[in-house]
Amino acid sequence: MTIATDPPKDSFRLSMLLYDTRYRALTIQVVVLLLFMAGVAWLVDNTIQNLQTLGKDFSFGFLTNRAGYDINQRLIAYTNDSSHARAMLVGLLNTLLVSAMACAAATVIGIFVGVLRLSPNWLIARLMTVYVEMFRNIPVLLWILVAYAVFTEVTPQPRDFRLTPEMEAAGETPAASMLLFDSIAITNRGTSIPEPLFDRSLGNVSLGLFDVSLDLVALVAVIVAAVLANRALLRQAARIQDATGRRPTTWWKSLLILVLPPVLLLVALGFHLGLPELAGFNFQGGILVSNSLMALWLGLTLYTAAFIAEAVRAGILAVSRGQTEAAYALGLRPRRTMSLVILPQALRVIVPPLISQYLNITKNSSLAIAVGYMDLRGTLGGITLNQTGRELEAVLLMMLIYLIISLVISGVMNVYNNSVRLKER
Amino acid sequence: MSDTHAETVAFVRETMLPQAAPPASQTGAVRWLRENLFSTWVNGALTVLGLLAIFWLGTHLLPWFLHGVWNANSLAECREIIANRWGDEASGACWAVIRERWNQFLFGFYPSHLYWRPILALLLLFAALAPVLFGSAPRQLLILSLAYPGLAYLLLWGGSVWFPISAYLGFGAGIAAFLLLRRAGQSLLAPIVAVLAAVLWWLFLAGPVERGLQSMIPLAMEPVRSNAFGGFVLSITIGVAAIALSLPLGIVLALGRRSDMFLVKALSVGFIEFIRGVPLITLLFTASLLLNYFLPPGTNFDIILRVIIMVTLFAAAYIAEVIRGGLAALPRGQYEAADALGLDYFKSMRLIILPQALKISIPGIVSTFIGLFKDTTLVIFVGLLDPLKGITDAVRAAIEWKGIYWEPFIFVGAIFFVFNFAMSRYSMHLERRLKRDHR
Amino acid sequence: MNRTVFLGTLAAAGLSAGLAGAATLDDVKARDELNCGVNTGLVGFAAPDASGAWSGFDVAICKAVAAAVLGDANKVKYVPTTGQTRFTALASGEVDILSRNTTWTFSRDADLKFTFVGVNYYDGQGFMVNKSLGVSSAKELDGATICIQTGTTTELNLADYFKTNNMSYQPVPIETNAEGEQQFLAGACDAYTTDASGLAATRAAFANPDDFVILPEIISKEPLGPLVRQGDDEWADVVRWTLNALIAAEEYGITSANIEERSKSTDNPEVARLLGAGEDDLGAMIRLDKEWAKRAIMAGGNYGEIFAATIGESTPIGLARGLNAQWTQGGLLYTPPFR
Repeated sequence: MTIATDPPKDSFRLSMLLYDTRYRALTIQVVVLLLFMAGVAWLVDNTIQNLQTLGKDFSFGFLTNRAGYDINQRLIAYTNDSSHARAMLVGLLNTLLVSAMACAAATVIGIFVGVLRLSPNWLIARLMTVYVEMFRNIPVLLWILVAYAVFTEVTPQPRDFRLTPEMEAAGETPAASMLLFDSIAITNRGTSIPEPLFDRSLGNVSLGLFDVSLDLVALVAVIVAAVLANRALLRQAARIQDATGRRPTTWWKSLLILVLPPVLLLVALGFHLGLPELAGFNFQGGILVSNSLMALWLGLTLYTAAFIAEAVRAGILAVSRGQTEAAYALGLRPRRTMSLVILPQALRVIVPPLISQYLNITKNSSLAIAVGYMDLRGTLGGITLNQTGRELEAVLLMMLIYLIISLVISGVMNVYNNSVRLKER
Repeated sequence: MSDTHAETVAFVRETMLPQAAPPASQTGAVRWLRENLFSTWVNGALTVLGLLAIFWLGTHLLPWFLHGVWNANSLAECREIIANRWGDEASGACWAVIRERWNQFLFGFYPSHLYWRPILALLLLFAALAPVLFGSAPRQLLILSLAYPGLAYLLLWGGSVWFPISAYLGFGAGIAAFLLLRRAGQSLLAPIVAVLAAVLWWLFLAGPVERGLQSMIPLAMEPVRSNAFGGFVLSITIGVAAIALSLPLGIVLALGRRSDMFLVKALSVGFIEFIRGVPLITLLFTASLLLNYFLPPGTNFDIILRVIIMVTLFAAAYIAEVIRGGLAALPRGQYEAADALGLDYFKSMRLIILPQALKISIPGIVSTFIGLFKDTTLVIFVGLLDPLKGITDAVRAAIEWKGIYWEPFIFVGAIFFVFNFAMSRYSMHLERRLKRDHR
Repeated sequence: MNRTVFLGTLAAAGLSAGLAGAATLDDVKARDELNCGVNTGLVGFAAPDASGAWSGFDVAICKAVAAAVLGDANKVKYVPTTGQTRFTALASGEVDILSRNTTWTFSRDADLKFTFVGVNYYDGQGFMVNKSLGVSSAKELDGATICIQTGTTTELNLADYFKTNNMSYQPVPIETNAEGEQQFLAGACDAYTTDASGLAATRAAFANPDDFVILPEIISKEPLGPLVRQGDDEWADVVRWTLNALIAAEEYGITSANIEERSKSTDNPEVARLLGAGEDDLGAMIRLDKEWAKRAIMAGGNYGEIFAATIGESTPIGLARGLNAQWTQGGLLYTPPFR
C-alpha cells in the first residue's frame, strides 16, 4: 500500500520550463517575444541599411514643403501654395466624405433591397436577386469604372447648355437644360448645386487647421435650441395628460417653435441661394460635385448595398415567424410589428456584418485612384509620394491613418452594437 | 327519410353537383399573377415599376448587343460595318476585339504554344481540391492534393523538374528528423529539430541537390517568366497561391487569438487588426515600394512573388477570422471531451478541434477566396497586368482598338461573374449540407 | 572613440554602397540579361504587342544597351512600371536602367539620387483642345477644365503656368492615357495636357484628328532620358555612351544597312573609333569589347532610324523631328566626340 504523501517539493530544474505546465506558458511567451523583437529589429536594421545605401533619411519634414499641385474637389481651403500636410488633410477629408456618403446611401439601398428580396412579389424578388448577385460577384473596381464612364458618356457637356444668339434667332433651344428651376446642372464634369450664401454674414472663425463659418454654427445652435424647446413642450403636454387625462393641442406650437427661429435667423443673415451659372467653359457659382466623386460614390454604394441587402435579409429571416404571429395576435399592425418586434431583433444579427461593410467601404474608397478622385491615397500616397520620393514615410503614414479610421469606425459601431445587444439576465 | 324532408323543405337536391371549374381569378396564370404580382396596391405598383425598368434597360441596351460585330480588324471597321448594316445612327458592340484578343485577357503574354499548361494546372486544381470539397471523392486523390503545389509551380513557371522535387525533399527531411527523434524518445525536441532540418535543407542543400540531379538527368520544361503572366492566369495564380499559403498562417493566427497566453494573443490580435484595418492597395504599395527597404540589402525578387507575399499576409488575417468563427462555433463539449481524454493541446487541436472547425469554416474560406479573387484586379496599380484594367488598357493602347470601352469590361466582368457565382453557389450548398450534418 | 566608431560605420556603409553600386555591369553580365524599366503601355515609346513583344522608342534604348553589353538585343527583361513605382524599381535594383520617358529635373538628379545619362527625346508640355471650342492660345483657357495624367511633372507645370498667368482652372486627374483620351473625347474636360509628343500621338489615333488642335504654347521643358542609380559611374558611362553612339551614328551617316561596309572602309577616324575598326579600343575603357557600339547600332539602327520606325512621321504617331534633329539640322542632338 502506498501512502498519500505531499507532492515532491523538488527544486527548480531547467527542463521544467518545457515540461511543467506552470512554466511552459511563460517559456513560450518569452520565446515568442524574443522572436518578435528579433524580427522587428531585423526589419528595422535592414531598413536603416537600405536607406543609408540609397543616401536617404527618414523624416517627415517633407510634409511642410509646398505641395505645388492643385486639387479639384476639396472641403477646406487649399491652393498649390499649401503644404503637403494640408494636401494630405484635404485628401483625408475627401476619403471621409465619400465613405460617409457611401455608407449612408448603401445602408438605405441595402435595407430596401433586402426587404424587397423577401417580398411576395415574384418579379421584384427576382429582380432584386439579380441585382444582388450581379454586384456581389463582379469586382468593385469594374463598377466604379462603369459608373464613371456612364457619368462622362451619358450626361451633357457644359456647352450643350449654352444658348447662342444664332440659336435664339432660329428659335432653337439648347441641347440640355438645368433642373429644378435652373438650380441644378448635371454635366459630364460634375453636378453643380446651389450654394447657401449670406448677405450679412457673421464671418468665419479660424480653428487653426480650417475655418468654420459662424453662420453655420449659429444655424445649428438655433435648430438644436428649437428642438430642445419642442421637447420640453411635449414633456409638459405629457404631464398635463397624466394629470388631467386630456392632452392639450400642441402641433401648431411645435411647428412654430421648430420653424420660426431658424427662418428668422436666415432672414436676419440675408440668406439666399447662389445658383450655378454657365460662364466661360464651365458653370460658375454653386457647389461643384465632381464626377469622380459621384462615380466613386455610386460604385461603392451599389456594390456594398448588395452585401448589406444580404445581411438584412439574413437578419430578418433569423427572427422566427412565431414573433410576427405573436405580434399580430397582440393586435399590432404590420408596421408596428416591423418596428417594435422584428427590426429590434433583426438588428442584432444585422449590425455586426454592417460594421464590416462600413469598414470595407472606407477601405475600398482608396480605389479613388481609378477615377482620379483625390482622396488620401491620391494626395499623400499619390502625387505627394511621387513628387517627394518619400515612399517609406508616405506609405507608412497612409497606413497609419487608414488604420486609425478603421479602428474608430469599428469602435463606435461596437459601442452601438453593445447597446442593441440582447440584455441577458 | 327523404319523405319527411319532402314535407318540410321545398326542394332538396338528391345528387351531388358535378365539380365546377374554379373561378377564372383563382386558376392558372391569372391566379399566379394575382398572387405573385398584384396581391396589393403596393405590390402592383412595384411590379409596374419593375417592368418599366426592365423595358427601359432592354430598349437601351438590347440593340447595342444585337448590333454586335464579331468579324473586324479594328474599331473603325466595326463602326463602318454597323453603319452599313443598321444605319448611321445605330450603335453596336464591337465584339471583334474580344475575338482577336481573348487570349490576352485569359493568359496575358503567356506563350501561346504553352496555353495547355495553365489550363492543365487549373484542371488539376479541381482534382486536387476534390477530396477536400466532396466527401465522396476517392482518398487516393489526397496524394495529388499534396503534390499539387509543386506540380502547379512546374506547370506555370516551368524550369527544372528537380526544383520542386528538391523543395519537397525538405519536407521529407523534416518528417524524417521528426520520426527519428520521436523514436529516440525526444518527443519535445522532435518538432524543433524537424523544422530546423527542413530549413537547413532548403537553405544549403536544396540548391546543390537540384543542380546535381539536373546535371545527371536533365529533365526540364520550357521556363516561362513571371512578366509573361497576365490576365486571368495572373489573377487566379495570385488568388489561389495566396489562399493556399495563408491557410497555415491563418490557423496559427486564429489559435493565437484564442490563446490564453497574453503575449501570443496580443501579437495575433495586433497583426490581424492591422491587416484588416488598412486597404489592400496600401499593402500592394508596400509590396512594390517598401518591401525592398525591409529586406536585406541586395535581396531582389520579382514583383509577382512580392505581391503574392503581401496578398498572403492580407488573406491570412481574414482566414484567421473565419477559422476563429469556426473554432467558436464548436460546442464547448468538444474541447472538454478532448481535455477529459487527457490529450495535450497540440493533440487535441490536431485530432479533435481543427478537423471539425476547418470543416465548418470552408464556406467562409470560399467567400474569402471570392473576395480575394475580385481584389486581385488591384494589382494593376503596381504595374501588373490584371484582366480588368491592365490588359484592357494595353488593348486600348493599340492603335486599331483605341476608343473601345465597354466590350472588354463586359467580357471580363462576365468571366468574373461566372467564376464567383459558381463558387458562391457551391459555398451555399456546402453551408446547407454542413448545417444538416451538424444537427 | 565614439567618433571613430561612427566614422567606421559610415565608411563601412559607404563601402557597401559603393560595392552595391559598382556591380551593375558585372551583375548584368553575370545574369546575362538586362532588366529594363519601361512604361506599362504608351504607344510608340513602350508597348507590348499581341504576342507580348515590347517595342518602341524607349525600348530601343534597352535593346541597344543589351546588344552592347551582352551581344544580344533580345536579352532584355522588360519591367513595366507606373509613374509611382518607377523610381523605387530603379533605386531598389529591380531594374538596371529606367527608360520610361522620364523628365530630367534637378530634384530627381540630386534628391532622389539618380543619374540621368542623357536626353533621348526633347519634349515639352502642351495643350490639346477641341476646335469647336474656338480657343487658339493657352492664355484663353482661364476657367477651363483640364485633364492631366497624375504622377508626372505635368501637374506641377500646369499649376505654375496658370499661376504665373493669373488664371484659374479645374484639374481632372487621370490615371492612364487611355482613360484621359476617353474623358477628353467625351468632353469631360476642355483641354488635355501632357507632353507634346504624347498629344500628337493621341491626336493621330483619334477617329477624326482634324477636329482637334494642339495649342502653340509649350509650357515646360521636358528633356526625357534614361537614368541609372547614382554612384555607379561605370554603368552610367556604358548607358550614356551607348545612347551617344546611336546619336553619333546618325550624325556620321551610319545606318544598320551600311554599317558593315562603313566599318571596313574607315575613311573617317572617328567612325573607325566608334565602330571599333581602327587601332583604338574605346570599348576596353568601359570594360566592353571593341565592337560594342557596332552591335548597339545594329540592334535597331541609329537614332534616326529608331525614331522613324517607332514615332516618326511614317508611323501612326507621326512626330516630326523638331528639336530632336541633329545639331547639323538645327536640332539639339549633339554628342560629345568619340575620342
